[in-house]
Amino acid sequence: MLLNKRHPEEVLVLTKRIHEPGYDGSIDAYLKHGGYKQYLKAVEMTPEQVIDEVKVSNLRGRGGAGFPTGMKWGFVPRQSEKPKYIVVNADESEPGTCKDRVLMENDPHLLIEGCLIAARTIGAQLGYIYIRGEYRFLVEITERAIDEAYKAGWLGENIQGTGQTFHLRAHTGAGAYECGEESALLESLEGKRGVPRIRPPFPAVSGLYQSPTILNNVETFAAVPSILEMGGKAWAALGIEKAGGTKLTCLTGHLNNPGVFELPLGYPVEKMINTVGGGIPKGRKLKAFIPGGSSCPVLTGDEAWPLTMDYDSMAKAGSMLGSGGVVVMDETTDMVKAALRIMHFYAHESCGWCIPCREGTTWLKKILHRLDEGHATAKDIDLVGDLAKNMLGRTFCPLGDAAALPTISIVHKFRHEFEAKIAHTAAPPTAEQLVALN
Amino acid sequence: MTFSPTLEERFSKLLDSYPEGKTRSAVIPMLLYAQDEIGSVTPELVQEVARRCRVTPLQVEEVVGYYSMLHRKPMGRIHLQVCTNISCMLVGAMELYGHASRKLGIGHKQVTADGQFSLEEVECMGACSWAPAIQTNYDFHYNVTPEKLDQLLDSLKKIQ
Repeated sequence: MLLNKRHPEEVLVLTKRIHEPGYDGSIDAYLKHGGYKQYLKAVEMTPEQVIDEVKVSNLRGRGGAGFPTGMKWGFVPRQSEKPKYIVVNADESEPGTCKDRVLMENDPHLLIEGCLIAARTIGAQLGYIYIRGEYRFLVEITERAIDEAYKAGWLGENIQGTGQTFHLRAHTGAGAYECGEESALLESLEGKRGVPRIRPPFPAVSGLYQSPTILNNVETFAAVPSILEMGGKAWAALGIEKAGGTKLTCLTGHLNNPGVFELPLGYPVEKMINTVGGGIPKGRKLKAFIPGGSSCPVLTGDEAWPLTMDYDSMAKAGSMLGSGGVVVMDETTDMVKAALRIMHFYAHESCGWCIPCREGTTWLKKILHRLDEGHATAKDIDLVGDLAKNMLGRTFCPLGDAAALPTISIVHKFRHEFEAKIAHTAAPPTAEQLVALN
Repeated sequence: MTFSPTLEERFSKLLDSYPEGKTRSAVIPMLLYAQDEIGSVTPELVQEVARRCRVTPLQVEEVVGYYSMLHRKPMGRIHLQVCTNISCMLVGAMELYGHASRKLGIGHKQVTADGQFSLEEVECMGACSWAPAIQTNYDFHYNVTPEKLDQLLDSLKKIQ
């Protein structure tokens, strides 16, 4: 079911089938619309050729980190005697992000074909789709699609007479943002607490069950069939230099027309908000902008307007493209409350493995609470910044940074709002005064 | 412990899903599917899952304490989860959560006296473009207003 209407500005590549009238995502519909043909094409190619095509396409990981996919696949030691695995990250939990579900719900075989091509490329015989627990409906849809693929001979042994064996399973998580981080996801898939692993070795060399693993986001796998179909060069040309293709972008927050839209990389922010997103309600001004999930440093409206939606443009502005979860905040937004809500999330989701993150997020939440409720002092504003800066780069996984970066940027850019909240607070008594009270 | 035939079937499929000697991978899904049927993660369930997955009970306990969807105490027949994370918050989720709390007369992770409803303020549920979003058990509801929530809760009450 599509939850929002198609916008004419969209460039439909990954979502082209799901907008066809009457398309139901079944294997029959998928095959009728040219499905699984790219797998057969991959069979005719050497693994190097497939990896090269992905490299030429400039596809970068769609989960948030933006690592070049072709390069990641190239790191897998294909000659290794260990079994190799395909793992799909469908633990979509980054606040502001709701794109993978659109692909998985409406075109589940596209993801399966992407996995199949990846499996062919590295010689994997087994793969898992790790789906967040809250998305039970997607576990059911994915399992149904996998059953269909087995019955029609697109999964299992000797697939379509190619001699390739590949098994695929859906695996449910049970509620943990941290499991969207690749090494924590692997721990969770092995039945343990979702805590991150130290890297190197990276999953390409030592991933699931200490074996070489390709681990990518849903959208990344789903992009591969269209890369083989169009050719890497043409696919790259959809986007801009160094970032090929389209990106499923989730427009959320203060917008007249929120929704998930497939836009080419390098799409202008101004047009994305005003045309695709239908503008900000009641003609209000843009106060703050998050480009790709709450882990990204927050941009002010003035900073965001001239930018384009791609990795380099956002990096230059001091933020990240992230997962494509755009959050639009209008002039009425209380930025102290926004900072508090974001920190509340990270404090809840910190897995507790690294002390700077576990303690840092909890203390930041407490201080931001004080600030929001008007019990804080001027020193607390600096304390927030200092504490957050001390978390940066001091944790196994990026959750510590993810909590610190938006906080640092909000305090820095909207400091006057924090100051306004403490303006009427009386200074707390000094130690001498407290003693004198006794 | 005995489970329904559907759940037993799911368990055997689960145990077949992982390579030889890797049945520990089935622990988390097995706990969640079992909780769906029996209502919570009981000490007996921990033992049972440990036996079936060939791990120690402690290895099961440690994941129960970690994953937010696993509960040691039963929730209501309808577990209402209101997302108040940033995208939902911007469009009224805090007010919606407050409304739900007043209407049901319970707070975060509490259950109504008749066991019909429980409430939880949850983190991002991945429905940000159709906010505010809520879940009743595994069902999503989008663009929820206090009025819509009232209607939904009333309709769910009538079913019993």
